[in-house]
Amino acid sequence: MKKLSARRRHPLAALVVLLLALACTGGLYAVFAPADKAKADETAQSLAIDEGKKLFAVGCASCHGTGGQGSSDGPSLVGVGAAAVDFQVGTGRMPAQQPGAQVPRKKVIYTQAEIDQLAAYISSLGAGPNIPTEAQYGPDGADIAKGGELFRDNCTQCHNFTGKGGALTHGKFAPSLEGVDPKHIYEAMQTGPQNMPSFPDTTLSEQNKKDIIAYLNAVNGDDTVSPGGLELGGLGPVSEGLFAWIFGLGALIAVAVWVAARTAKAKKS
Amino acid sequence: MSSQDIPEENLPAEQDAHGAVGVADEKNPFADPGLPPHEHRVQDIDERAARRSERTVAMLFTVSMLSTIGFIASYVGIPHDKSIYVFPIGHINALNFALGLTLGLALFAIGAGAVHWARTLMSDEEIADERHPIEASPEVRAKVHADFKQGAKESALGRRKLIRNTMFGALALFPLSGVMLLRDLGPLPGTKLRHTMWRKGLQLVNMNTNEPLRPSDVQVGSLTFAKPEGLEEHDEEFQTEIAKAALMIVRIQPDNIKDKRELEWSYEGIVAYSKICTHVGCPISLYEQQTHHVLCPCHQSTFDLSDGARVIFGPAGHALPQLRIGVNDQGYLEALGDFEEPVGPAFWERG
Repeated sequence: MKKLSARRRHPLAALVVLLLALACTGGLYAVFAPADKAKADETAQSLAIDEGKKLFAVGCASCHGTGGQGSSDGPSLVGVGAAAVDFQVGTGRMPAQQPGAQVPRKKVIYTQAEIDQLAAYISSLGAGPNIPTEAQYGPDGADIAKGGELFRDNCTQCHNFTGKGGALTHGKFAPSLEGVDPKHIYEAMQTGPQNMPSFPDTTLSEQNKKDIIAYLNAVNGDDTVSPGGLELGGLGPVSEGLFAWIFGLGALIAVAVWVAARTAKAKKS
Repeated sequence: MSSQDIPEENLPAEQDAHGAVGVADEKNPFADPGLPPHEHRVQDIDERAARRSERTVAMLFTVSMLSTIGFIASYVGIPHDKSIYVFPIGHINALNFALGLTLGLALFAIGAGAVHWARTLMSDEEIADERHPIEASPEVRAKVHADFKQGAKESALGRRKLIRNTMFGALALFPLSGVMLLRDLGPLPGTKLRHTMWRKGLQLVNMNTNEPLRPSDVQVGSLTFAKPEGLEEHDEEFQTEIAKAALMIVRIQPDNIKDKRELEWSYEGIVAYSKICTHVGCPISLYEQQTHHVLCPCHQSTFDLSDGARVIFGPAGHALPQLRIGVNDQGYLEALGDFEEPVGPAFWERG
């Protein structure tokens, strides 16, 4: 004690005390900080919701209502979930350009960060499916053959057996699944955009969805081997029959005409 | 080869039109223009050109032979799972490509060789082949008539009526034995068309997960396909049974269901309809969840699932049959009986 009191007038004593006090404060802060940190996360989340709300007010509210409750021009978005927003905005379907039988896929006008903010706002209105992760739609652990069975059971009737799409009633159509992001395919199955029925996890499990995406990649991906080549859009007998009737028969008729035509004659020059 | 190379002495002399150039008179109001003058081909007058044609034809036939050998070699040599990239076509199966190419070339070369042969080397002289009258001469006709009358008289068919009538009877009955044999085409359908595997108490099993369905699994706007409990895909009778029993399950807000019986037969808005189109029996499941319309891909029959699945467009003659469903003690969806009417296309005795 004597030693300490002897040194308390040392020129550096004040500095030591200051450092000790700072360390003490820092330590105490570290002990009590976790609660504050969670608050900070929440702030980031509510910041995203706020930003999303602003984007929504500018880009979406004219049809879906100022609180997302829907209007005569657009459905309510309460409870559709982040997955629906990510699908609709991420494929460029929303914002819609004009009313019509069906809103088509087009150029995406929001950045992924803005889409996430919109999604955060919409999911704050009511619980709904979340945006799937890579682990959910990635190819790891997928059974392609089972996916083919499931695809033929659930999807083929509209989207064709290799996902080439097809026609529905009154100008509506099932779009081609070629080149669609697996994440968006997963979200479409989960949320049922526009007139497509939904296939929730309760009836088509997460593993089922993963299998279906893997099957689509196998039959409709970039490296897919077409057994015969020249598949004429893969639309089945209609396009094949049309091709055979017009070009096949046309070529046969042209050849028949040529065979029976006058042959070149020798002439005096 | 231009005509300059043809030796002058081989060129044909200028010809007049041959054939009869008639002049119209009272009996034949149209003049017969006859055939145009025959012109020779290069190959007819120049042996070198003819030999060249011969070589071309032989070459085409040889190409065909080589292609056939190529076909056999590809079949033996190329593994069936090898894929190659061919520019405008993309990634394709190497074996299929090689087989198609060689087979096509082999057939094409045979045809092309034959056509070239016929066009350049076979004779192309025009020949007139006059028609002759179809009618037989009067003497022949008179003889045939006389023979027929004499035969009829000698057979006494007109006089002995017993023979005539029994013969007609025998000839008329004989084909019946052939008709009877049609019975062997298969067992009679019986009441098979009127019943499906569904009966009271059978649970609705999700085709995707092979698990029985709970009402909470089926969300508004979703589409699920179900089969009867106890029917497995490896069963021998699976295809026969599922062809009639396949179910399409959707959930509609009870307020949006317009048909009273449909609402009664549903469970809290969950409705179960036959998946078999009532027109010609295609599996029908192009469901639009906002309009509640189901479209058949074969002939565009459209049914409104919110209004008793009545036909709103297309050739189908009946609404889709609805299965009456409820919930059992364990909380799973179950059938409350079979379909009330035959599923699938109408048939003669359907009523």
